[in-house]
Amino acid sequence: MANTRIISTGDAIRDGLTEIACKDPSVIFLAEGVADPSSVYGTIAGLRNHIAPERIIEMPVAENALTGVAIGAAMMGKRPVLSFHRVEFALLAMEQIVNNAAKTHYISRGRHRVPIVIRLVVGRGWGQGPEHSQSLESMFALIPGLKVLMPTYPKDAKGMIISAVEDDNPVIVIEHRWCHYAQGVVPDGYFTEPLDGPRAIREGKDLTIVSSSYMTLEAMRAAEQLEKLGVSTTVFDLRVARPLILDRVFASVMQTGRLMTVDTGFRKFGLGAEIVSEVTANCFDKLKAAPVRIGMPDHPTPSSRGLVPGIYPDAIRIVREASAGLGIAQNKIEYAVAELIAQRKGLPIDVPDPFFKGPF
Amino acid sequence: MTNTTSPHHGKALSLLREMLYIRLVEETMATRYAAQEMRCPVHLSIGQEAIAVGVCQALRQSDRVFSTHRCHAHYLAKGGNLNSMLAEIYGKDAGCIGGRGGSMHLTDPEKGMIVSVPIVSSSIPLAVGSALADKIDQVDRVSVTFFGDASVEEGVFHESANFASLNKLPVLFVCENNLYSVYTPLRERQPARPLTDLAKAHGMKGIAADGNDVDAVLAVTQEAAEHARSGKGPVFLVFDTYRWREHCGPNFDNDIGYRTEAEYLDWKRRDPVEQQKTKLVTAGSLNSHDLESMKSHLQETINNAFEFAIAAPLPQPSQASQFVYA
Repeated sequence: MANTRIISTGDAIRDGLTEIACKDPSVIFLAEGVADPSSVYGTIAGLRNHIAPERIIEMPVAENALTGVAIGAAMMGKRPVLSFHRVEFALLAMEQIVNNAAKTHYISRGRHRVPIVIRLVVGRGWGQGPEHSQSLESMFALIPGLKVLMPTYPKDAKGMIISAVEDDNPVIVIEHRWCHYAQGVVPDGYFTEPLDGPRAIREGKDLTIVSSSYMTLEAMRAAEQLEKLGVSTTVFDLRVARPLILDRVFASVMQTGRLMTVDTGFRKFGLGAEIVSEVTANCFDKLKAAPVRIGMPDHPTPSSRGLVPGIYPDAIRIVREASAGLGIAQNKIEYAVAELIAQRKGLPIDVPDPFFKGPF
Repeated sequence: MTNTTSPHHGKALSLLREMLYIRLVEETMATRYAAQEMRCPVHLSIGQEAIAVGVCQALRQSDRVFSTHRCHAHYLAKGGNLNSMLAEIYGKDAGCIGGRGGSMHLTDPEKGMIVSVPIVSSSIPLAVGSALADKIDQVDRVSVTFFGDASVEEGVFHESANFASLNKLPVLFVCENNLYSVYTPLRERQPARPLTDLAKAHGMKGIAADGNDVDAVLAVTQEAAEHARSGKGPVFLVFDTYRWREHCGPNFDNDIGYRTEAEYLDWKRRDPVEQQKTKLVTAGSLNSHDLESMKSHLQETINNAFEFAIAAPLPQPSQASQFVYA
């Protein structure tokens, strides 16, 4: 058994990247401020203590070209890890991602491979505003040829990031900034987690929730309250948005008859829309109620804490919407909501909650 | 063939043969396009052959070429297989990528023809990435990116040039200035200044040469490749030339109003193939009999390749979903 430590998801990603960089000399790193004092929120800090400096490449502020450069290097046998501080910066690189990263294997009839990892960070709260808080996973998940990962928990994140680097395909890794703070028990050393789709992290018989990234942390907290209200909930952490493998979700909904999806991104055209559609098509006669989708509202996300109440989904919204569909008495729901509010110990809504302490 | 042992003569003759080969391939395509069996867009390089041939003749087989939508000449000049090219354009399973890309995606990695990408400037950073990998691995190789004059209007060109120059990567940026982006002339798209000034802006060596003179193209590319190989950084090469036919398709389009017949005829007088012929004939190293013999040999090879492509079977619909993931 490997030794374990309690560390954050952000540190787990750093450890995973360091492990695979030491193991495989073809791994190279590109980022703006690749080795600066911040090093992408510490997630690629300290690499110079482990690998040769020519494998750590400062990226001029040129997202499209540098994504293309990474793709070109990947075609020639490197395993580049490209990090962007926010999802929105990758919009400058969509041409390279959608055309060259996603299609070069296909267009070369399998002769070229593009084993590149593109890490994109999602912001939330603290006034991030309209262009620093978008979780655009469905834009990437739309494109055949890409893989799209959304790690949540520290152990999973470490194993998934290593698997992503070892994967021979272009892998988009969407990391929620608030997941970076989540703590959990993580084994030391090298290990991988399979990129095989949703994982049930709580089992129940009344309701199936499929959530991704940070919303899984909120869903788990909601599920505890729902349990007290007599609602036994299965929570799937989606983990992999593309390829979208939903067999385990179908099996669960066959039992519960109820589905809720909770996205970090926009509700409309979000991952939930695709999941609900697939579940409805596959489990139609077992559904006891219309599936429920939760996500960001249909407008840009403002900055001020005066404007954001009600915008970011949270455990309270999950409890309210789940309970409403199950006919729970209103006073019981309010009691559960009050408990969730109390758990935040008066913290403002625009800062990460310290509740996500492991072990998970 | 003329009996001579001069290596220079041999090189000059092979430059002519390569250009003539590409010219005849594309003219045959143009002739046969109306049969509607080549069911994909085709962007012909007729009139621009000297650049593809001059550049590729300055390269080694292990050097890498990255191309664009107008990739036929680059593919053939780098040694790409003609049967595979035509089969690809005919949409056949025997095509270089089994009918997945058509005319705009020609590739022959074994010959160093790495990839062709039809989105303007999209393949430029790929060449820079290839050079980055080589620099890390200390491999002696040059990566070449071919593009047109419109490509320097794209941000990704400048981003790529900046990064390549900063890191002294062995890249040749080859700008084929054919004066038009589809129907729009250069003067309506860019300020009047030498294109080589763009190299200065990125702190890299820039060289301009007559893109219709294959000897000139070869000479400056040899100089540029030497520069890049010796670790001095990338080079930006500008070759002025002219696309004889329409942007996309087999026809002439001097009658539709965006350029004049007189301009075309002026450039046609500077036909790269004819100029090379004249040089060889004047030097007494080529006679009309040898030329006809060369031409008929090439045409026979080309006709056989067309017959191969036409006879080859189509791919199966079930293959359409293959190779999405490695």
